[in-house]
This record gives sequence, C-alpha cells and structure tokens, in this order.
Amino acid sequence: MKRPPLLATLALLLLAAALFVDWRGSFWCFLAGLALLAVSSVRYLAAQDADGPLARYGTPLLFGVWLLVFWELLTKVFEVPRVLLPAPSVIWQSFAAGYGVLAGDFVQTVLHSVLIGLAAGSGLGFVVGVLIDRSPFLQRGLLPLAALASAVPLVGIAPIMVMWFGFDWHSKAAVVVVMTFFPMLVNTLAGLQESGHMERDLMRSYGASYWRTLWSLRIPVAMPFVFNALKINSTLALIGAIVAEFFGSPTEGLGFRISTEAARLNMGLVWAAIGVAALTGSVLYALLAFIERRATFWHPSIRTT
Amino acid sequence: MATDALPAASRATPLADERGLVASLWFRVGPIATVLALLLVVWYAGAIWLNAPQVIERVLSSQPGWTFTDLARLTLSMDRPVLPAPHQIALDLYDSMVNWPLDSPRNLLFHAAVTSSATLLGFAMGTVLGAVLAVLIVHSRTLDRSLFPWIIASQTVPVLAIAPIIIVILGSMGMTGTFPKAIISMYLCFFPVAVAMVKGLRSPGVLELELLYTYAASKSATFWKLRVPASLPFLFPALRVGIAAGLVGAIVGELPTGAQAGLGARLLTGSYYGNTVQIWSALVMSALLGLALTGCVALAERLLTRKGRR
Repeated sequence: MKRPPLLATLALLLLAAALFVDWRGSFWCFLAGLALLAVSSVRYLAAQDADGPLARYGTPLLFGVWLLVFWELLTKVFEVPRVLLPAPSVIWQSFAAGYGVLAGDFVQTVLHSVLIGLAAGSGLGFVVGVLIDRSPFLQRGLLPLAALASAVPLVGIAPIMVMWFGFDWHSKAAVVVVMTFFPMLVNTLAGLQESGHMERDLMRSYGASYWRTLWSLRIPVAMPFVFNALKINSTLALIGAIVAEFFGSPTEGLGFRISTEAARLNMGLVWAAIGVAALTGSVLYALLAFIERRATFWHPSIRTT
Repeated sequence: MATDALPAASRATPLADERGLVASLWFRVGPIATVLALLLVVWYAGAIWLNAPQVIERVLSSQPGWTFTDLARLTLSMDRPVLPAPHQIALDLYDSMVNWPLDSPRNLLFHAAVTSSATLLGFAMGTVLGAVLAVLIVHSRTLDRSLFPWIIASQTVPVLAIAPIIIVILGSMGMTGTFPKAIISMYLCFFPVAVAMVKGLRSPGVLELELLYTYAASKSATFWKLRVPASLPFLFPALRVGIAAGLVGAIVGELPTGAQAGLGARLLTGSYYGNTVQIWSALVMSALLGLALTGCVALAERLLTRKGRR
C-alpha cells in the first residue's frame, strides 16, 4: 500500500485547522498550510517519471501559478505599497483599463521597430555572411571585429540613431539592425563551414555549380545556426527597441510607456507594459522554435525527440 | 580597437618558422588592419558627406568659389557634427583623460569608473546567485523541473525593460547610487551563469561518477573534486557573456535615473544637448570598458584553467 505523502497530509491538516478553528494564529496557519500544499504538489508533479506533457509542462506551469497566488496573497495581506510591487490583480486591472494604449504601444514598438529591424538586421547579416564566405581574407578580418562587437554595449548607439533618423520607429529599427547584424554574421559563417568534406565532394562529383552547392547543401546545413542566431536576435531586438525609446520617441511605444509611467509612479501600467514585452519575447521565441522544427526536421537534435 | 591587434600578433609566433615572421604577421594582422582601414576611409567619407549640407548652408554658401578642400576642412572640424570624424573623437577622449583631474565629471575615466564599479558589483552578485541556483537545481529534481524552465523562459524576456522600475523601487526605499544599477547588472549576469553552471555540473559522465563511487567518495567530495572542476570550462564563457551583459545593464540603469555620473548619464546628457562628440566619445569609452572587462575575465580563465582557451 502506498504511504500517503507526509507533506500533503500536514498541509491539509493545517488548512483545516485554519478554516475551522478560529484563533489569532489562524492566518499564519493558513499560509503555512498553503505553502506546504504548494511544495508538495510541485514535488509530486516533478517526481512523475514519465516525460509526458504533464511532467514537462505541468510542473513549471503549476510552479508559476503558485508564484502568482503567493504574490497576490502576500502583497494584499502585508499591504505592500503599489510603488514597490503591485499585486497581479492590480496589474491585470491596469492592463484591462489601458488596453487601447498598450495596443498602440505594441504596434509602435513590436510591429514597426522590432520586426522590421530584426528582419533587416538578420537578413543583412545572412547576406553578408554568404558573400564573404568566399573570401577567407575578409573572414579573418571581420570575424575578430564581430567577436569584439559582442563585448561592446552596442545599445549605446541609440542616441546617435535617434539624432540621425528622428524620434519615430526608424531610429529604433536602425538600432535593432546594428545589434542583430553581428550575431547573424558570425552564426551564418559558422553554419556555412558546417557541411562535411564528404557531402561537398559528392556535390562536386555531381558537377554542381558553386551556387547550386550553396543552395542545396550548405545553406540547409547552416539552418540550425541561422535559427540559433534568430533566437538570440529576437531578444536583442526587443531590448534594443525598448532602450532606444528611452532616448526619445513619439508619445507611444513600450519603452516610452515604461519610462514615463514609472516617472509618474503609475506602477500598474508599467508592469502591464513589461508583461506585454515579456509575452511578446516569449511568443516570438516560441514561433521561431516552431518554424525551426519544421525547417530543420532532418537535424539529429530534432529527429530524436 | 587597433591595440587588439597586438595579442593576435604575439599568438602568431608558432607559425613563424613555416612562413617567416613577416608573412605570418601579415596573415594574422593584415585582414583586420585592412578592414579597419576600410572602415576609417568609409567613416571619413561619411563624415564629409553627412556634414556637408550644414556646412554648405551655414558657411560656404556665402563665399562663392569654394573647393572640396574647404569643404573637407570644415566638415571634419565642426563643433556639433552629424557624424564626428574619428580624430575628433580621439582628441575629445584624450583631452578629457589628460587635461582634467580624475575626479572631475569632465573626465571620462571618472564616468567609466562609476559605471564599472556598478558592473563589477552586479557581476559578483549575479555570479554568486547564478552558481547557487545552479547547485540547487542540480541537486533537486523538484527545482530542476519547476524552476529551471522559468530561468530559460526568462531569457526571452527583455530584462532591460524593467530597469526603470528597479531604479524607482530601490529609490523609494532610499537606495541610490551604485546599488540599484548593480541589481540590474546582477539580473542580466545571473542567467548565463546559472544555465552554464547547470550544464557544467552535469557534464561528468557515468564513468567518472562511478569511479568516484568505487572510491567511496562522499557527495561533497564528488561535488568539489569532480563536478566543480568539470564545470569551469562551461563557466568562463558564461562569465564573459555575463560581464558584457552586466555592463549594458549598468549603462541602461543610468538612463532613467537622471544620474549625474556614469557612461549612460554621459550618453543621455550628450543626446539632450545635441553634443555628438560627447556621445561618441562616451560610446567609444564604453566599448573600451567592455573590451577591458571581458579581457580581464579571459585572463582569469587563462590563469585558473592553466591551459587556457584551446
């Protein structure tokens, strides 16, 4: 017979005590019971051996839900000032109230600055990578510089871009282009080197031209690297666009919203805007991962899972 | 940036006996030097081209018969150019470092020190936090399954967006100066460190673990003598990423506060007053700082892992 889990039993006992016995410590009793329940339920799910969707997605989901519950509970009970940390319900209310404003910010920041900048920067990095792949001289000259660029806070060019291209989304897209160019260049070059001698020799024996080999062999082999760069770039693009808006923007945009509402101590809307940015980042990443699985279905890392 | 050609050249010595010293030097340094030279040419051409409309409108339109030399001379020595020429930036940097005392806000080294102190404090806190989280995750299945996916997912979130909030929150608690910026740096540093440490602590294979088991090694001995050394090759690349990200965090942390000191504040005041040379020299300074910080981490890696990279 299976032993009933100790923690869960204790949790239920504490909860029952808090609900049915009325005394001064009943709230603490309730809180302790809830905490134990949370721990035991997450542990129970995590201990499931199956790699099924329940253990893989359920555990972090449950953990997140408990986090929200305690966030709400603790901020409400201890009356944490809203400036410090608003409760999730408050953030949700500001989101619902400011929905129209945030939708405008989303269009301005994500649909214009991020997506256009990301496409242009990554596309440029890819094309330059393919072009200088034929010249070892240029590669040896550009790769060290690209490596240096990763150690440099490139986002600092934002004020210059704002000065050159104005307050609207063009300057933000320009920042994003500069930030996303180098990761894509480095990864494209690495990916193009990835095809083996055997495969290249096979293409040679077919009498395939340089461009045919590039198109049918080397670019497909480089795809995992390209997608890796795209995933890195999707985060960088959001950061670049939001930070660039701190240096001046029209009266909409997620970065503008965050900085102005934070200055007015309207923290509910600030957190709602951050939530929109976070959700956008996650969705963009998930979308790229999904396309990657479809486009590189032949790759071992995807085949086996 | 040109100084970085030096270590590359000193590394080239093994090739020397095959190709001759000059040829091997050229093999290593030549391409970089060519690209940099090309960049300089494009930069000067761009400076002349971008600044020309203003110069022509303000000065040259009143004196007919001007030549290209006049145009070049004037565009490359403007007070507030659209694109300053490299020598103007270099002069501004040199001037600020030599002609002003170290504690003057005119000296860029002073701002670099302010920013790097926040970066280093945040880097230290972030590394410790990341390492502790990684140890917990490696030893607890529950945390591995519940917390680790969130750490991964949080990488997709534009962390810097919350920088203003952290500044405001900590400011309302009476904390200003270095600490709030260091918190942002920490927040950016700890992700790469945690992820790489989890990977590294798990990198010992079954063979190594079973060998220690046959030695009857305790859990802590396995940890200190096998898992920690095995994680170092994973840790150092993450530290290099982390300190670069931490610098970005510290600079962005200086933007919304109205901070008086720091490279981020310098960028912001430069952009308020349209002082382009100041923006560019702050940008170059932060690039140099980034290279210096990652260089320090690379040096530590060389010393601590003995054989160094590759």
